[in-house]
Amino acid sequence: MMGVIGRFISSNWLAVYAVAYMLFLYAPVILLPLFAFNDATIIAFPLSGYTTKWFDLLWTTEALHGAVRNSAFVALSTALISTLLGACAARSAANHHFPGQKGVMGFIMLPLVLPEIIVAVALLVMLMQLGMSLSLWTVIAGHVLICTPFSIAILSSAFAGMESSLEEASFDLGETRWGTFRRVTLPLIMPGVISSLLITFTISLDEFIISFFLTGTDVTLPVYIWSQLRFPSKLPSVMALGTILLVVSVALLFVAEIFRRRAARRQGAGPGSTQGLV
Amino acid sequence: MPSLSQDSKQGLTLLSPTLIYALVMLAAPLAMVVMFSFWTQNYLDLDRTFTIANYREAWTQPIFQVLMWRSLKISVIVTVTTVVLAFPIAYYLSFHVKSRKALWLFLITVPFWTSYLLRVFLWKVILGYNGVFNSALLNLGIIDEPLTFILYNANAVVLTLAHAWAPFAILPIFVALEKIDRSLLEAAEDLGDGPVRRFFRITLPLAMPGVVASTLIVLIPTVGDYITPKLVGGTDGLMVANMIQIQFGKANNAPLGAALAVSSMVVVAAISVSIYFAGKKFGGKVK
Amino acid sequence: MSNAAHAPIIEITDVSKSFGSVTALSGVNATIREGEFFSLLGPSGCGKTTLLRLIAGFEQVTGGTIVIAGKSMKGIPANQRPTNMVFQSYAIFPHLNVAENVGYGLVRKKLGKDAMRREVDEALAMVDLTGYGERKAHELSGGQRQRVALARALVMRPKVILLDEPLSALDKKLRDQMQHELRSLQKSLGITFILVTHDQEEALIMSDRIAVIFDGTIAQLATPEELYRRPATRKVASFIGVMNFLEASATGGGNTPYQLTISALGDVEIDASRAPDRLKASDVTVVGVRPEMFTIVDEDTGNFERQVQGKVTSTDYYGDMTYYTVALPGASNPVTISMRNTAGRAVAREGTQVTVGWGADSIVLLE
Repeated sequence: MMGVIGRFISSNWLAVYAVAYMLFLYAPVILLPLFAFNDATIIAFPLSGYTTKWFDLLWTTEALHGAVRNSAFVALSTALISTLLGACAARSAANHHFPGQKGVMGFIMLPLVLPEIIVAVALLVMLMQLGMSLSLWTVIAGHVLICTPFSIAILSSAFAGMESSLEEASFDLGETRWGTFRRVTLPLIMPGVISSLLITFTISLDEFIISFFLTGTDVTLPVYIWSQLRFPSKLPSVMALGTILLVVSVALLFVAEIFRRRAARRQGAGPGSTQGLV
Repeated sequence: MPSLSQDSKQGLTLLSPTLIYALVMLAAPLAMVVMFSFWTQNYLDLDRTFTIANYREAWTQPIFQVLMWRSLKISVIVTVTTVVLAFPIAYYLSFHVKSRKALWLFLITVPFWTSYLLRVFLWKVILGYNGVFNSALLNLGIIDEPLTFILYNANAVVLTLAHAWAPFAILPIFVALEKIDRSLLEAAEDLGDGPVRRFFRITLPLAMPGVVASTLIVLIPTVGDYITPKLVGGTDGLMVANMIQIQFGKANNAPLGAALAVSSMVVVAAISVSIYFAGKKFGGKVK
Repeated sequence: MSNAAHAPIIEITDVSKSFGSVTALSGVNATIREGEFFSLLGPSGCGKTTLLRLIAGFEQVTGGTIVIAGKSMKGIPANQRPTNMVFQSYAIFPHLNVAENVGYGLVRKKLGKDAMRREVDEALAMVDLTGYGERKAHELSGGQRQRVALARALVMRPKVILLDEPLSALDKKLRDQMQHELRSLQKSLGITFILVTHDQEEALIMSDRIAVIFDGTIAQLATPEELYRRPATRKVASFIGVMNFLEASATGGGNTPYQLTISALGDVEIDASRAPDRLKASDVTVVGVRPEMFTIVDEDTGNFERQVQGKVTSTDYYGDMTYYTVALPGASNPVTISMRNTAGRAVAREGTQVTVGWGADSIVLLE
């Protein structure tokens, strides 16, 4: 039997590598639910038995609820603002041309390649100089800065996929500018808009460094988690929290993927296509 | 100065909210960081006389040199490891998976939509003295005592970051590979090249822009990473970002922190530019 | 073909259009009549599509005026003009089905569901797509999309339908079929069609009149027959069909006939009415002869009043026609001669000596 396995491996080594790689990717993530339901305060093998008490504990922790509310507020605001800014910028880049456009767009996309700590430090310095106090709004400001480039990238792809003569055709048939936007442009870029909202929401939800530097008295969820990591007794509840976050993120992504497939199908692509994903 | 065309004016107006936001929230703060780096701070007082003392300290003090050097070393190792490990799976996905590419891409990205903070923490849990990996090995009888070299040092940082950046490394390479016209490879085969030669003469050079993008996407943020070195790096694995944070926090020396930040940016930018041009040279040459 | 009594529907006066420092059109004058099938013909980049877009309202003129149905179009945007366009890419809305596409422009008119459905069905019947209403855009073939685009424009009952190279994306057989269908549809509806094309054959087949555009100006505006038989300039002559150019000099003109000396053929007298208006005898350096205006003399054709000797240098057999390249002494370039392969006619082989017949009617005077 080892001979069969050996032969299989050598002829399909790439496929074997792929499977091993996927195991590596999922290894830490599998641990979350495993130890969230484990009846022990130390995260180690052997497992001690099933319990839901760590989840119950989360339910009663007020500070956590506050952090969740704050994160939801910040993420929602970030998603809306950066998608709006991203849509304007993507539309400008797709349909218009002005001198220096490439340089200006490159500057706006800069946060994609800046380490987050630089962004956080820069904003902190400016806020210090202006004498402004830190709050959830300063966090939102920082998040919008790093999320807008993602929104631009996604929406640029959406605008590029839309034939420019479609809007002219609508115009030619008597529609107004606003009517054309409502009946033609918006439906066609909607998958991109939803994608942008979901992705910027997720990025903001998970973001730590900028929140850490720019938060006032109201903390976001990642900052809260950070504060809990110091206490070993709190670790299992952190696992429980992580499990919940994992399930929520995966659900959101699942929904985003369904939307993307539906939009691609509506435009005629096949079921295995990666249109809009990459 | 010639007036802008109608099209240009419309384009700029559309862009203006985003552009103004970027100027106010990015350009201005970055400019201020640079300004800050030339000032000095005594406890809570800010002395605005121009000085390059901070830069002198950043570049000559051994502790900062060590930190910068280590950050670079770790980042380079992480980048090389991640990109090299990512290439085969991107290749597999592009060339060997016929019908469910979107599904694979989805599965690859799912783990990374979980909290980064938590993922790093999980590696700490896995690699710890009483952690998952050690307890599993102990229980299976493979080792007698827990392993200590796997946590609180640079190795842990490399492993954790290689895991964290995997999908960001895979995607650009995948995109570049997908764009390669398959008939080019068929033509090469027709002209006598075997699979290995085809890979090195055609596939790799044409995928080079994706490899370069992948390298930069991993390298640049890694140099500035804060969480991973702090959680799993111990004292041996601390990186530049941790030191910058200390200057802004406990050490109360924001100008020095700014100087450190600017210095690391300059170094990273220099490296990125050279990687970009090196990649172009290699990619263009098809022997 | 065309009815000169029909009223003008579009008057284009001194129109020019510039994009920054680039001038796309200048000094364009034309009157398009109601019910006409009018074509804008020219090579890529000549400005024909720009002119169409000016009529449609997607661009505004830099100078000059465009009047449609008696109203000046100055400042009037595309969505308020009595024109509708069939785009080169068809521009079918991918997220709507066929019926929704065709009825798109009707929605604003608030006709009510039943009235709208009737209009849409009528339009679909006009283009032979009855029953296709529920189909999705991506399920259609290229030819079907083109019909949907046409139906979508027709259902609006515009004064003018504009077509931007509508057939260029179709394969040859489909294109030929659509050319005839478009022409008969236009005739039965009586709507003015303005077609933009770079294919001169297409323009000749479908149009009542053609405006040939080179480098942003109209070189000649005439019926297909006139354009072919009496091209005004060398450029027009060589753009439409094939034309042989022979060196010549002339005297006379004005009120008297032209006396031509054609180096390859000899002397001939041409009536002044056959020349372009402003042509002076001193300007004449070449004359044109269409390939079918030369004849290779044999027993069937009989003899011609004027004949020269030549040698066949190559033969291209097309089934129904044969194109000969014949070298004539006195002509610096060989001429192309086309002969129909009627029953019994032999195809002359390369290298043979032939007698080439021609007459005064064969000669075209050019600027």
